[in-house]
Amino acid sequence: MFAAVPLFPEQASTHAGRVDSLFFFIVAITAAVSLLVTVLIITFAVRYRRRPNNNYDPHIQGSMKLELFWTITPFFFFMVMFVWGARVYFAVAESPIDAMEVYVVGKQWMWKMQHQTGQREINVLHVPVGQAVKLTLTSEDVIHDFFVPDFRIKLDVLPGRYMHTWFQATKVGTYDLYCSQYCGTNHAGMIGKVVVMEKAQFDGWLSSQAEGSLALQGRKLFLKYQCITCHSADSQARAPVLEGLFGRMVALEDGKTVVANEDYIRESIYKPRAKIVFGWRPIMPSFEGQIDEQEMIELIAFIKALRPGETPVRNEESTPPAVDPTSEEVTRPKP
Amino acid sequence: MSTVLEQEPQAVPPAPESRRNYLNAAFGVKSWLLTTDHKRIAILYLASVTFMFFLGGAAATLIRLNLMTPQGDLVTADTYNKLFTMHGVIMVWFFLVPVIPNVLGNFFLPMMIGARDLALPKINLASWYVFMAGAAFTLWAILAGGVDTGWTFYTPFSSKSSHTNVIPTLIGIVISGFSSIFTGLNFVVTVHRMRAPGMTWGRLPLFIWSLYATSVILLLATPVLAIALTLVMVERFFQIGIFDPALGGDPLLFQHLFWFYSHPVVYVMVLPGMGIVSEIITCYSRKTIFGYQFVALASIAIAVLGFLVWAHHMFVAGQSVYSAMIFSALSYAVAIPSAIKVFNWTATLYKGSISLQTPMLFALGFIALFTIGGVTGLMLAALGVDMHVHDTYFIIAHFHFIMVGGSVMAYMGGLHYWWPKMTGRLYPEGWAKVAAMLIFFGFILTFLPQFVLGYLGMPRRYHAYPPKYQVLNAMSSAGASILAVGYLFPFTYLLWSLGYGKRSGPNPWKATGLEWQTPSPPPTDNFETTPIVTTGPYNYLQQALTDVEENEIGDQLRAPGPPV
Repeated sequence: MFAAVPLFPEQASTHAGRVDSLFFFIVAITAAVSLLVTVLIITFAVRYRRRPNNNYDPHIQGSMKLELFWTITPFFFFMVMFVWGARVYFAVAESPIDAMEVYVVGKQWMWKMQHQTGQREINVLHVPVGQAVKLTLTSEDVIHDFFVPDFRIKLDVLPGRYMHTWFQATKVGTYDLYCSQYCGTNHAGMIGKVVVMEKAQFDGWLSSQAEGSLALQGRKLFLKYQCITCHSADSQARAPVLEGLFGRMVALEDGKTVVANEDYIRESIYKPRAKIVFGWRPIMPSFEGQIDEQEMIELIAFIKALRPGETPVRNEESTPPAVDPTSEEVTRPKP
Repeated sequence: MSTVLEQEPQAVPPAPESRRNYLNAAFGVKSWLLTTDHKRIAILYLASVTFMFFLGGAAATLIRLNLMTPQGDLVTADTYNKLFTMHGVIMVWFFLVPVIPNVLGNFFLPMMIGARDLALPKINLASWYVFMAGAAFTLWAILAGGVDTGWTFYTPFSSKSSHTNVIPTLIGIVISGFSSIFTGLNFVVTVHRMRAPGMTWGRLPLFIWSLYATSVILLLATPVLAIALTLVMVERFFQIGIFDPALGGDPLLFQHLFWFYSHPVVYVMVLPGMGIVSEIITCYSRKTIFGYQFVALASIAIAVLGFLVWAHHMFVAGQSVYSAMIFSALSYAVAIPSAIKVFNWTATLYKGSISLQTPMLFALGFIALFTIGGVTGLMLAALGVDMHVHDTYFIIAHFHFIMVGGSVMAYMGGLHYWWPKMTGRLYPEGWAKVAAMLIFFGFILTFLPQFVLGYLGMPRRYHAYPPKYQVLNAMSSAGASILAVGYLFPFTYLLWSLGYGKRSGPNPWKATGLEWQTPSPPPTDNFETTPIVTTGPYNYLQQALTDVEENEIGDQLRAPGPPV
């Protein structure tokens, strides 16, 4: 039985080695100092135990040199730990540009994953080995936490906003996914798996699950919820055109500017009055309660992918194009 | 501490029965419930927090039993969630925060500065009643159905999602907070206004320095907790959006407010323990503390810096990376004064005359366990490591090393050290040494495996877990059973000693503190004549020189050293 007892987690992502090196560095330094203190205490307790002629000397009161030594030396080591720790943390905070994007929605007590290409999974996430994967996470109810020990990534998943992290798996295999922020009755059951596959197998898995891309789903919602009525690309538009919006700076009525990221788009759909775009009237209704977190992700994916000239035609009500709007072969509607 | 007293300190005391002391000054329930004597109030607190400790311990026992098996067979998930909430709430607010200040601090703060009582005796009694009212409220909430939010009450789970007795529990905690504020206020005023002639700040015993730092934290931090918890109640009851994003609130705001209290309060738990350790180490190695100013100022530094590190509980919670960076750096800063203390305690042992009696065993155990807790804190302060171990059993192990390995070990040490003063009776040394060993090794066996579990990735607050973690969990539960027996030992023999322990006399350890210069148990007024202080604390040098004639210790001291 003891042979099967793991004492150290697998290193299955590019972060794992970096986190472990830092950990072992701190363990080595602190173990050395703790050992020194322990040895000194035991030595003193034995050497100076109460007995005649034990070299007792109650005159000693302190030593400025020693105090300075054991104040400054730890400070130096602590700063090394701090800088090293911050570097590892920053590396995980900044995802590579070419990362494959996956959206994750947590709710009591399950994980819902959405791939860019439209596949949905529950409590399982399939990813290819050797490919950076960027996760965008949100929650439908309370705070959860996305934790894959073998990848050394952990991030709280909050309702009402998007969190980001990334990993690049280095080994094919199946890894545990835990919710690591207490979230109620079945917190311990909010666990899943990350399945890391060879690239070719992963592509095969993807095509067997094809559903049409997230952006395509979002385009359907854009028409279904009548967003097109106002956000159209023609002269009767009553709201800003959304083409090429993602990542741009947007000027607001109150003179401020804001970057159009996922959180901004989400807020603009749920709370349209919170930030009014300069030059437009606050006429948009809130879609809170109508659009759920998964649909929101699809809408955002659509807006992210929307390039100039790709806004659907206003009266194109029922028939979405057969082709993915993000793919090259898209036929642009003539305004 | 060398003092000038009316009567010779080592004079043979009259038999305790024939002498008036705080225990036989009056009899009857009323004389206890209406007392304003700080010593009697300390005894009231002792009984109350001991009861709470065993309640919280019972919850811990059930938790560890449930975790013997991966499926969590003993209790349901909901019951488990209520158990760990009960364990946390009781142990934090109704045991660890009050235990050392309100029991040992209440009893010895006035005595150690040469005062007859605290500055505000009625406020002191009121603090006990407020504490009991808060405890009654919270216990009622827990027994009448329980609460399942965890002691951290994270929103929006606590304000929206939980269907348990959140509001009554919070009311009890807010009420008991006023008791902390009363105590903090009382201690600060007493240390400023009630010191005996000659008791300058530079001569204050280190236990007093640490209680002073603790009191400042209690005064400044507790109101913020009351604000945070009240806002949770407001949101939960009136549906006003404060923390719940669905109502327009911000869940991280709660975490900021909560940890602004709850991080400093870790130092409320451990600072007084550090003070006790300084008293014990000096007494049982018969030396003055090494680097008095550094140890004293380290307490103040911890209290100040402790207010600037709260967001290190939120490295993975969604704060900005730059904010995380600053809080990581500050967390390393607060580790330095703690390290200074450990080094100074170790240096104090050098060339001492060391006797390993029970309090000393607890104090040395404190240093060992607190050091492990401290250095694992350095790992958590590193952003890159915290990202992996946050909210796992690594954290559980870390803070139990600080709060149980640290505070509770120090409390046990202090309780044994001062027991003869409080009761006039000696505890049985043999049994006590066995208890110290059981507690130390039981603790290590309970919590060391949890570091491994945590780095492996087992999240905290899991009612059930993957089978690969079972062996380490079983080790931990086995350790917990040893620990539980260890705690039952002192409970039993200390009670026994009340009737059957040997009479201790005023100063069985030949300690230097003012509290030892008066009979045991002390009279209601503590001192027959106000003591006048002429030297710093821990003047074991003078005592050793006096002892040369008695030839008991310090044979080699016949030639006095340089003046100090």
